[in-house]
Amino acid sequence: MLMARNSRSVLPGFGLSFGITLFWLSAIVLVPLSAVFAKSVTGGWDEFVAAALSDRALAAYRLSFGAALLAAAINCVFGLIVAWVLVRYDFPGKRLFGAAVDLPFALPTAVAGIALTALYADTGLLGAPLAAWGLPVAYQPAGVVMALTFIGLPFVVRTLEPVLAEVSQEAEEAAMTLGATRLQTMARVIFPTLVPALATGFALAFARGAGEYGSVIFIAGNMPFRSEIAPLLIVTQLEEYDFAGAASIAVVMLLVSLAMLLVLNLLQHWQRRRLG
Amino acid sequence: MARPRHLSEPRPLQLLLILVALAYMGLMLFLPLGAVLVQALQDGWTAWLDAVREPDALAAIRLTLLVAGISVPLNMIFGVAAAWAISKYDFRGKTLLVTLIELPFSVSPVVSGLVFVLLFGAQGWFGEWLAARNIEIIFAVPGLVLATVFVTFPFVARQLIPLMTLQGREEEEAALSLGASGWQTFWRVTLPNIRFGLLYGVLLCNARAMGEFGAVSVVSGHIRGETNTMPLHVEVLYNEYNFVAAFAVASLLAGLALVTLVLKSFLEWRHGDELAAARH
Repeated sequence: MLMARNSRSVLPGFGLSFGITLFWLSAIVLVPLSAVFAKSVTGGWDEFVAAALSDRALAAYRLSFGAALLAAAINCVFGLIVAWVLVRYDFPGKRLFGAAVDLPFALPTAVAGIALTALYADTGLLGAPLAAWGLPVAYQPAGVVMALTFIGLPFVVRTLEPVLAEVSQEAEEAAMTLGATRLQTMARVIFPTLVPALATGFALAFARGAGEYGSVIFIAGNMPFRSEIAPLLIVTQLEEYDFAGAASIAVVMLLVSLAMLLVLNLLQHWQRRRLG
Repeated sequence: MARPRHLSEPRPLQLLLILVALAYMGLMLFLPLGAVLVQALQDGWTAWLDAVREPDALAAIRLTLLVAGISVPLNMIFGVAAAWAISKYDFRGKTLLVTLIELPFSVSPVVSGLVFVLLFGAQGWFGEWLAARNIEIIFAVPGLVLATVFVTFPFVARQLIPLMTLQGREEEEAALSLGASGWQTFWRVTLPNIRFGLLYGVLLCNARAMGEFGAVSVVSGHIRGETNTMPLHVEVLYNEYNFVAAFAVASLLAGLALVTLVLKSFLEWRHGDELAAARH
């Protein structure tokens, strides 16, 4: 299975490059990840279930996954508008805004975390008026959603941009000549071609948000059962030397990651079929 | 880019959409960035300078440079090797291999650190063996490097694999048939063809390596002046309510992010064709 099957390639170095790849992948990724699975069941299946599905853990999953879903949904709406504007319209400063989309990728998460907390704390620039309206953000579950919305924006925009640029002008022309209004064309011709990319962006933003740690812990408040995200619970259990407990929660997170990878691969197939 | 008038929205709708997009980006991106700079300089330049010149801050900067200086070249070598194996040969299981290479992107940073604690920590698989030989991995530099290598693992490879697949192997085959050795072919033919893609991948890899928080936080142990990287130092200062110093160190990291974005945009602008392969 691992042999170069196609003898047409006369290039040397398959053994070396494939060897390095497989060794490095195993040493850094595969063996360490399997350690988590092994550790999680050291106390037996019942103990694993007790740790992975304790009330506190369930509350943490609900917050991590729920906030990630909500943030991804927010980004689908605004990310679509941002991508649309960046691909289709011209305006001053477009290049700057285009480059700034990647800021959440480039800005270290801890920096984003303390910056958002400074803005949304009760004394902050945005937090003060929001709190006055009875909508406190920082140290609340809403703070988690805010942080994950910040983190997720580039995933949606960067996935949509190339697809938006490729929507065929002919299809739009055809819709126009057949008497469709511009809004009908947008809703019935352009939007359907964007759905796979939108779903991919949503899934990417969700996957990143569910496991996010650095940008969240400063703004979240971190109260068990209320504003404690799942990655923080892992850290807490680790600090209490409950290694099996930490590994059990990590296994649940990993299984969700693997499921998301599968979903993303399926979405990619769907998108490729759509684009022909 | 501008499309024919009849294939675009009415002007008022366009303006509305542009305003919504810019307002959203201003609120979500520019305001937090501005907040870092304002908070860092709220007590003036001397306070900023004192905060970034203080011994623990300097130790954190040195450690961050050291960890990134080890992790990035390791992943660069891996990335080139993986892209060479995957793009220049045909073998079964290639899709699976590519998926596994990208796996670290889907793993929570905290889990990425946890795996190495479970392997090398005092209670870990190799804990006793390492303790008997006085080898420190967790709560020391090797652990920080391992965690950083894990989270930055896919960056270079995922940039090069689509690019080198697109380029095929004809040029290399031509060089070989003209009598070049394998390494000569790599240095003189392949590398010049992929240098900007490689640079791009290394740039993103480095930004993440220097800014990583969750994974290194788990393996660091937070020993001041010893195992705190810059992001961890920011956290320590912040939790001590030393906000000016925390934001001062954070502003250095924000500067790194801005430099990364500028270089990235420059590469996309000048060498977009070469980088485009990876964006699909």
